[in-house]
Amino acid sequence: MTAQINVRSVFIAALLTVLALLPVYAALTGNYFLMTLFTRILILAIAATSLNLILGYGGMVSFGHAVYLGIGGYAVGILAKEGITSGFVQWPVALVVSALAALVLGALSLRTRGVYFIMITLAFAQMFYYIAIGLDRYGGDDGLTIYKRSQFGDLINISNKTQFYYLCFALLLGTIYLVWRIVNSRFGMVIQGARSNDRRMHAIGFPTFRYKLICFVIAGTLCGLAGALLANHTDFISPALMHWTRSGDLIVMVVLGGMASLFGPMIGAVALLVLEETLPILIGAVAAPFVGENATQAAEYWQIVLGPLFLMVVLFARGGINGLLAGARRG
Amino acid sequence: MLYFIEQCLNGVQLGMLLFLLAAGLTLIFGIMDLVNLAHGSLYMLGAYFAATFAGLTDSFVLGAILALIATLVVGMAVEVIAMRRLYGRDHLDHVLGTFGLILFFNEMVRLIWGPAGMTLSLPMEMLQAVEVIPGVFYPLYRLVIIGATLLVALFLYILVMRTRIGMLIRAGASNREMVGALGINIKLLYTLVFGLGAALAGFAGLMQAPILTVQIGMGENILILAFVVIIIGGIGSIRGAFVAAVLVGLIDTIGRAFLPDLLRLFFSTNAASNAGPAISSMLIYLLMALVLVFRPEGLFPAARK
Amino acid sequence: MADALLRIEGLTKRFGGVVASDGIMLDVAPGELHAVIGPNGAGKTTLISQLTGQLPPDAGKIQFAGLDITTLPTHRRSALGLARSFQITSLFLDLSVLDNVALAVQAHAGHSFRFWRDARSETQLREPARAALKRAGLEMRADLAAASLSHGEHRQLEIAMALAGKPRMLLLDEPMAGLGPEESARMVELLRALKREHTILLVEHDMEAVFALADRITVLVYGRVIASGAPETIRKDAEVRRAYLGEQDAEAVHV
Repeated sequence: MTAQINVRSVFIAALLTVLALLPVYAALTGNYFLMTLFTRILILAIAATSLNLILGYGGMVSFGHAVYLGIGGYAVGILAKEGITSGFVQWPVALVVSALAALVLGALSLRTRGVYFIMITLAFAQMFYYIAIGLDRYGGDDGLTIYKRSQFGDLINISNKTQFYYLCFALLLGTIYLVWRIVNSRFGMVIQGARSNDRRMHAIGFPTFRYKLICFVIAGTLCGLAGALLANHTDFISPALMHWTRSGDLIVMVVLGGMASLFGPMIGAVALLVLEETLPILIGAVAAPFVGENATQAAEYWQIVLGPLFLMVVLFARGGINGLLAGARRG
Repeated sequence: MLYFIEQCLNGVQLGMLLFLLAAGLTLIFGIMDLVNLAHGSLYMLGAYFAATFAGLTDSFVLGAILALIATLVVGMAVEVIAMRRLYGRDHLDHVLGTFGLILFFNEMVRLIWGPAGMTLSLPMEMLQAVEVIPGVFYPLYRLVIIGATLLVALFLYILVMRTRIGMLIRAGASNREMVGALGINIKLLYTLVFGLGAALAGFAGLMQAPILTVQIGMGENILILAFVVIIIGGIGSIRGAFVAAVLVGLIDTIGRAFLPDLLRLFFSTNAASNAGPAISSMLIYLLMALVLVFRPEGLFPAARK
Repeated sequence: MADALLRIEGLTKRFGGVVASDGIMLDVAPGELHAVIGPNGAGKTTLISQLTGQLPPDAGKIQFAGLDITTLPTHRRSALGLARSFQITSLFLDLSVLDNVALAVQAHAGHSFRFWRDARSETQLREPARAALKRAGLEMRADLAAASLSHGEHRQLEIAMALAGKPRMLLLDEPMAGLGPEESARMVELLRALKREHTILLVEHDMEAVFALADRITVLVYGRVIASGAPETIRKDAEVRRAYLGEQDAEAVHV
């Protein structure tokens, strides 16, 4: 491929540059709010990128992907509570437990397809949610505060906001690179073939179940990493980590950004979370001339706008933002 | 023993509630091939309407009837405005679109009724307990719920299996083009079916309103339980939904009531009371996993004609 | 014929009261093009489905290259070199034409748990795929999305995918179905070129094509083999004429 300059690549390059320079802006202005927000965005972008591997490339509509955010987070939180604060223990445990959970859940739910698969992944995620609520020792419904972030010795100090931000950024880029390698490999071709026509894959000699299962496990593991990051970011874990609406948010990020596109989930994560931050302000500003004092109250109801917006994306912009940008090249 | 019987009745009552939701979902899925996550929102609306209308009319029965009509109307309106555009699309589109609808309905309810929940009090005569068998007293109202749902189940059975509309519904499920070719207004049929599903969810919500606090998000957890019911019962099967709903209701209720005590027999009191709630909340999902392993199509797979 | 590549013995399949395959006996010798014909409902699709492993037979045996494959799953049969083309086009429509064929090559190149190397730049996948496309006459279309091809080209792509795994035998399920006269003629030429190097079992409606191509023909009626032999024999067979061709002459019939 020649280096074709188009709207999409310019946009992605610009976005990456902004992300890379954000801590500099924070240091210069002393305004750390944006950096905290974007740390969260980067982490959820990792989760969304991992979901894209099974959803966008593999056609497996998992409505329970946030479960691995929860498992990764609880692995860190539970170990921290029990006095094990070394990240060299916490993080591998988070990844391994996520992988095992994905192996079991995948083995069960991949036996089915279509709408069954959607409902089953949702139901199993809900099971983990209730298990977390039942864990009285680890905060139950109220959650658990993590008093000490994962320790990595002299390697990196993730209690430092800037260092943690760049770690998340690097891990996001690493995840995207990994997904890029995987989807273009032989394995990735099998996954995409299974999305396109599973029956035919069997006919030409691929037992696709085991490939889809491994793909499911890879995605779960990567999302478990995001969970470990998120627990460290918020210094807190609670069942809300894996609430089903969080799984829904991850799907929205993938579709909003553009399914089966490498940077789509990242774009979607940025778009959704920035939208969530700015919609209330926007609504307040629009409402102010009409309702005056009550504008701040009106702004609270921003989800009335967000919900139908999802519906609009579904109906009119299936390629997501990525698709719109690709289309802009011609226009 | 007496406590056990009481818990069984509670389980059946939960099962009835789940059946009302699952039947609507499975009808809508079976006929329009549509996954509707916002089904729980209609359940929530049913409860809110009931609380509001009962307050306005000072009559529980009148409020309930008005609430049923209101959810039916809202359901049909949602079908005409939004759902209709989703037929024939990817299931992922259904999931996303209806996920958006949930956000919309939740905020709408907050806007109209405020963030605090509502309560609905029953008429005096409903508050008493009846002696179902010697020594076992059970709230009359919960028995009414069970009885009313059984009537609805019978109505659904007759509607689907014995009437002309039911024939159309079953024909629509198996052969869209044929129904169209017969000159039947399939758009109207779909709107009616969606309205029926919405009314069932609304009915569940209004029946439940006096027992629970009516609040935002009340439909979501119960919706996921209804999914479990559908997976166990088999998609598209009303009968499967009924059997699975009772099964799930019983197992969940009895598990929560007795499992912690059962565990205490084998483990230390401390460990049992720690693990008890977590394990008992897993039971129905374990049942679902077992069904998936041995009967991936559910216990009563809908016959494909 | 002791060394038949494919041997079907007493294959039987019932659907309720209907006998779709009724003790079918059939041999395909290496290098031959064996055609199976029969009127609608004769059980041709049921036969194919059992050969590919999508439908388990109730009784009987299928032997391929000396191995009993009666109970093997689809992907194992494919791995043994039994390749099929589909009657109803079943392709990877959102992938490129070349990707379609490369996947078929990949299916026969060991396991695919290879996560790192770019599959689209692996010559051992792409070269055989291009070669198969060339033989099927589609090399100019390699980089288009499969969805953008015409109906006839989809059929050619089906053949290319069947060829890609270097199969020992091709099962072609009505490759002419739905093709216009021009496309049909091109397909006949393609099959004529293929039959020199491949053993082919051709299930087909198009009489003209069958009699032009086949070395031997088996006639199926109501799940039963009523005749089997060289085209000349079949053409003259009284039972075939009565049961299948009716009053008309074989050459004139287009079912």
